Amino acid sequence: MQALRKRHLTSSQSIYFLLLLTVVILICMMMLMVFVWSPSNFEEDQFRFSRSINTNEIVTIHTTQQIKTLPRDTSCTFHTCLEVYQCGYNDETKISVYVYPIKSFEDENSEELTLSRSKEFDEILQAITDSDFYTSDPNTACLFIPSVDMLNQNNLNLKNVGRILASLQWWKDGSNHLLFNMVAGSSPDFHSVVEVDTGRAVIAGSGFSSLSYRRIFDVSIPMFNPLVSGLQLPVYSNNHAKRYLLISSQLGLHQEYLQVLRQLHEEDDQFLLLNTCPHHQKPWNYTQRCHNSKIYNYPHVLQNSTFCLVLRGSRLGQPALSDAMQAGCIPVVVADGYVMPFSEVLDWTRAAVEVREDDLADIIKIIKTYSPERIQQMQKQVKFYYDKYFSSLKAIALTTLQIINDRVFPYAGKSYEYWNDIPKSNVVQNPLFLPLSPPKSQGFTAVILTFDRLESLFQVIKRVAKVPSLAKVVVVWNNQNKAAPPMSSWPYIGKPIKVIQTKKNKLSNRFVPYDEIETECILALDDDIIMLTDDEVEFGYEVWREFPDRLVGFPSRLHLWDNSTQKWKYESEWTNEISMVLTGAAFYHKYFSYLYTNSMPGNMKLWVDDHMNCEDIAMNFLMANMTGKAPIKVTPRKKFKCPQCVNNEMLSADLTHMVERSECINKFTSIYNTMPLKSIEFRADPVLYKDNYPGILKKFNDVGSL
Amino acid sequence: MSSCFDFSLCENGFKVYVYPSWKNVVSDTFSQILTAIEQSRYYTNDPKQACLFIPNVDTLDQDKLSHDFVHDVQTKLSALPYWNNGRNHIIFNIFSGTWPDYTENVGFDFGEAILAKASLSVSKFRYGFDISFPLVAKDHVLKGGDKGYLYSSSNNIPSPREYLLAFKGKRYLTGKGSETRNSLYHVHNGKDVVLLTTCRHGKSWEKNKDARCDEDNREYDKYDYKKLLYNSTFCLVPRGRRLGSFRFLEVLQAACIPVLLSNRWELPFSEVIDWSKAVVSADERLLLQVPSIVRSISQSEILFYRQQTQFIWETYLSSVEKIVLTTLEIIKSRIKRHKSRANKLWNLEPGALSILPEFSDVMEKFPFFYHQLGTEPGDKFTAVIYATTPIALASAPLFRTLRNVAKSQNVVKIIVLWHCDIPPPPSHKWPGDLGVPVLVKTRNIKTISARFYPFKEIETDAIWSLEEDSLLTTDEIDFAFSVWQEFPERIVGYPARSHYWDEIKQRWSYTSKWSNEYSMVLTGAAVYHRYYNFLYTHQLPPEVIDTVDQSNNCHDILFNFLVSHVTKLAPIKVTQRKVYQESALTNVNLNASKPLSWLQQHHFTQREQCMNTFTQHFGTMPLIRSKTRMDPLLFKDPVSNMRKKYRQIETV
Repeated sequence: MQALRKRHLTSSQSIYFLLLLTVVILICMMMLMVFVWSPSNFEEDQFRFSRSINTNEIVTIHTTQQIKTLPRDTSCTFHTCLEVYQCGYNDETKISVYVYPIKSFEDENSEELTLSRSKEFDEILQAITDSDFYTSDPNTACLFIPSVDMLNQNNLNLKNVGRILASLQWWKDGSNHLLFNMVAGSSPDFHSVVEVDTGRAVIAGSGFSSLSYRRIFDVSIPMFNPLVSGLQLPVYSNNHAKRYLLISSQLGLHQEYLQVLRQLHEEDDQFLLLNTCPHHQKPWNYTQRCHNSKIYNYPHVLQNSTFCLVLRGSRLGQPALSDAMQAGCIPVVVADGYVMPFSEVLDWTRAAVEVREDDLADIIKIIKTYSPERIQQMQKQVKFYYDKYFSSLKAIALTTLQIINDRVFPYAGKSYEYWNDIPKSNVVQNPLFLPLSPPKSQGFTAVILTFDRLESLFQVIKRVAKVPSLAKVVVVWNNQNKAAPPMSSWPYIGKPIKVIQTKKNKLSNRFVPYDEIETECILALDDDIIMLTDDEVEFGYEVWREFPDRLVGFPSRLHLWDNSTQKWKYESEWTNEISMVLTGAAFYHKYFSYLYTNSMPGNMKLWVDDHMNCEDIAMNFLMANMTGKAPIKVTPRKKFKCPQCVNNEMLSADLTHMVERSECINKFTSIYNTMPLKSIEFRADPVLYKDNYPGILKKFNDVGSL
Repeated sequence: MSSCFDFSLCENGFKVYVYPSWKNVVSDTFSQILTAIEQSRYYTNDPKQACLFIPNVDTLDQDKLSHDFVHDVQTKLSALPYWNNGRNHIIFNIFSGTWPDYTENVGFDFGEAILAKASLSVSKFRYGFDISFPLVAKDHVLKGGDKGYLYSSSNNIPSPREYLLAFKGKRYLTGKGSETRNSLYHVHNGKDVVLLTTCRHGKSWEKNKDARCDEDNREYDKYDYKKLLYNSTFCLVPRGRRLGSFRFLEVLQAACIPVLLSNRWELPFSEVIDWSKAVVSADERLLLQVPSIVRSISQSEILFYRQQTQFIWETYLSSVEKIVLTTLEIIKSRIKRHKSRANKLWNLEPGALSILPEFSDVMEKFPFFYHQLGTEPGDKFTAVIYATTPIALASAPLFRTLRNVAKSQNVVKIIVLWHCDIPPPPSHKWPGDLGVPVLVKTRNIKTISARFYPFKEIETDAIWSLEEDSLLTTDEIDFAFSVWQEFPERIVGYPARSHYWDEIKQRWSYTSKWSNEYSMVLTGAAVYHRYYNFLYTHQLPPEVIDTVDQSNNCHDILFNFLVSHVTKLAPIKVTQRKVYQESALTNVNLNASKPLSWLQQHHFTQREQCMNTFTQHFGTMPLIRSKTRMDPLLFKDPVSNMRKKYRQIETV
């Protein structure tokens, strides 16, 4: 899909260009050779592999020894080249990774076949051996990692490394082997994949092009920059004003591109074009860049720009990407066909601008189309990606393994949200996100919690039985000392009644998702709610069908912030707002019972059962927190229990009750670490409520009488 | 994409050209595809304007043994006047290769064209260039499409479906793809896992039949294919001869969670659809693990997957039009990458086809994602008043409306759309003490659709849309706005209307009579999100807008169609008020038997016709009915009026 050289050049241009290219390549080579992954002579004890893979063993591979190596199989896919039988099925759905013991490889003349390992490679091995993925048993391993440092192709004798790999005990043409490489190819053609015979091995490489990348097999990883990544950059606040819109700080850019950039710089002084410093003393200093003769500290200067240019060099992958991200600068990536790091799981549209090389001249125009809000989001996303996936070799190595893990166990793989969303407290993922209205024919199940008020219970049952959409009555018998009366003594209502004897008198029992409840819709009822008319209940069911992810019910309450106590307060007065609907008479989706029973946070359930109170408040918290939505109160205010009763909660005797309810709200708020309840100012009424319209044509006439 | 595509052709916008005179010479499915493209807003009949070209050569079926096989497509393609070795062309294909090896190569040279092909494999698929196309059946409808089965069944936990995992299909005794299906019987348990195969197909099955065939066939005949899909929580989708199968879409429609057994298959539109949210990928090599994988999936995950199958089916797959638009949107998003919508939007309600990235580059600005993002719609609105009458007196209804609106605590700006030949009065004649800026727009207010123009001066999320002679009180304006804040993706307002199916005329009809239900809230007195103005103006095709502008009618119906089409939700009517403008007071009693004037009758007939024009455009009747209206909490309750927040509403 992508051509390495697309522009047509006139012959005079091309000579000039060739010359320049040579210079560019030389500079690049120099840079990489000198500064990146030159084998470090680090102290051996700097890395004590916690799980011992260090050996002093020397393996001799004779120069004459016939070893069959297999060139990289470009047709490999996950399903053809990765053997899954050995990855197996296990409950942890985690792959196990074996790391070959560290050995030195020599030829018959005791000449080492490889340079010594880099600090960076050891960090990768260390991270893997320290991780949960690691196994010391090659027989149970899914993935094998040779302890041969291939990070920088410039340090490799390609043929020797191929032979070493092929001689590994479990190599089998490279199946299930994972190789890390960050600098691939070499002058003049700069292959985008390490040019070792790697056969069927998975390559975690920086700088893949869409042509060389075997999608869902290889892993594209960031190019780690050891010169910069250790630096502690000053921390700025989110709204730190940036001096520049765009900085280009890469060295040795293609002359043709440089010309375009110079032109852009002349047109817009918000674009800073940096290059090497003139008359620079040797050795050359990576952390200094210049514009004309003005010196800027690198990468610090990047913190002063909103966008940072990451332009292809001889290689597609550039350390400038990580450098920019580390500085919190939004990368503008101009490298046709470049496979962005971890693009299998990361959504780069959220953190980077990708521009085609042909559009380089428009780059300022393009980035100016981004809104300030978007820029702010991208900056946060850049930081999130950098900290989580780029900041260390450990992060890079473990992210790579997790990606492969997700391929092996796709059904247990991490989600888009896991990889990409910055955790935020008030974000909701509504479990009932599909805008559908459950079919009316299902009806609802009335679930009535009772202890021993048999007379009142029977009255409630008889009343609710008149509601056309009632499908079944489930009585939760919470009394362990007295058994429920025999079925023969229950009222005959023409619809099934199921009695469930609970093991313990707990309020939470009313929210158990019993198998006996076969409808999506539950009507939670107290055994003393006798004043609701069948029109009201039927209408409530219709309202629930329109808002099936909400709690839809009759008695409503409000939470208020009490400035004097600096606490939340429970309010049961009839007010212009509500934020809760009591489950003494409310419809909701059965799934919320499942959640209440199985995934209520903290010790909320325990609190409810210990205090024998507030299960309804808990349900309101749970639903508001899951959906971000307010409950819906149906029809006018009403006395629910009996015509003579005053609102129970208003009795002075119940003052302690009110205090306890307020306490619940405060307790639950602290458990959720936020106040999820939302207040609204409206209620649901039938469309023609109170309208002067012939009753015979009007549905739900019997609504609202006290 | 950068090497085989000429981006310069797309600089003047994303326009798609279809080579003409294809009618009656192409297969039904291909005809549907081309029709859908021609009806889309991207279509152009001018090849000079075009960014993308669609050949009129039917390349869908390149199976040489197939009835629909088209010969010699290569010559035909090369003869196309703008072929240019296939640059910027799309080649559609759903069948390639044939017995016995069923190769993936289409069998002709398509040059640099983009291949939109079904049953692609991961390794053949050129990611970011080709399009992995769904395998569409011949009877796939052009527009609308079957609803997902979940809409008429139960979305409960535990799954109310009788079977856990089901499959019913052919088994190939030999040849490509036979292995997987031949092994299925190992997993069949006849109880909750029902995997049925038959060898009884093709001409000579009895010749090749193996020892299991007879027994398999007996089991096979016991179950009905459709019933199995509708009664199973998971459905196995194994490879057939090719990687994809018709079954995949059928299973999605049935809200049965697909369990894929088709290694290397590149799923339809995989570039944008996150299939891991809707399907379970199993590995053909590990067939025996399938039951335990399926059993390990939790109730919550099942609930999620199941809804996501419906979302994907309804949004991208249920009609040829949706499939074609999805294809075009994917290609469009590659052209201006920085102007393309966030990937995330493809996998969330209401889906990418309803999200115009030109509106905003952040999700917060759209009406659909407040909860997901933990944000809320703004607490201010812009009032937009539509005025058509010249103003003579200071007591003009418009001025009264202005005053009532200006008294609201939530209004930040009032925009008057002056649709009247006589210019508006000079500024000193307007009420000067409003405390809110008033902007009178006179330019380009030529048609009734200008009401919905996304003026850049509208900066709030909410628009309060009013008539000049509005009867609404400030309390009514504020109350509706407060309700809208809880339902920012819906139209919230006062005048409710309904649609109904006219059995005699066999078509949709419109009524303004009072009833127990409604499905529209007219925009003469309604609050809604400003994004819908943008959608109305930029997404609806010109011919639909023309219907409205020429009749100077139906704009409000169209607006309701549009919003319900996107949200699949009903609008919300607030309080008892029905008449919302002074000029309508004279014919309040629609229920009384007073005959309608000729003008009213004409207006009404037009509206009926509009209903049907719009239904045709959307391919379905998108309106949803509601039985609920929202009233202030203490509305008409026997408590002191002083305790009520919206007192004016009590006296309306």
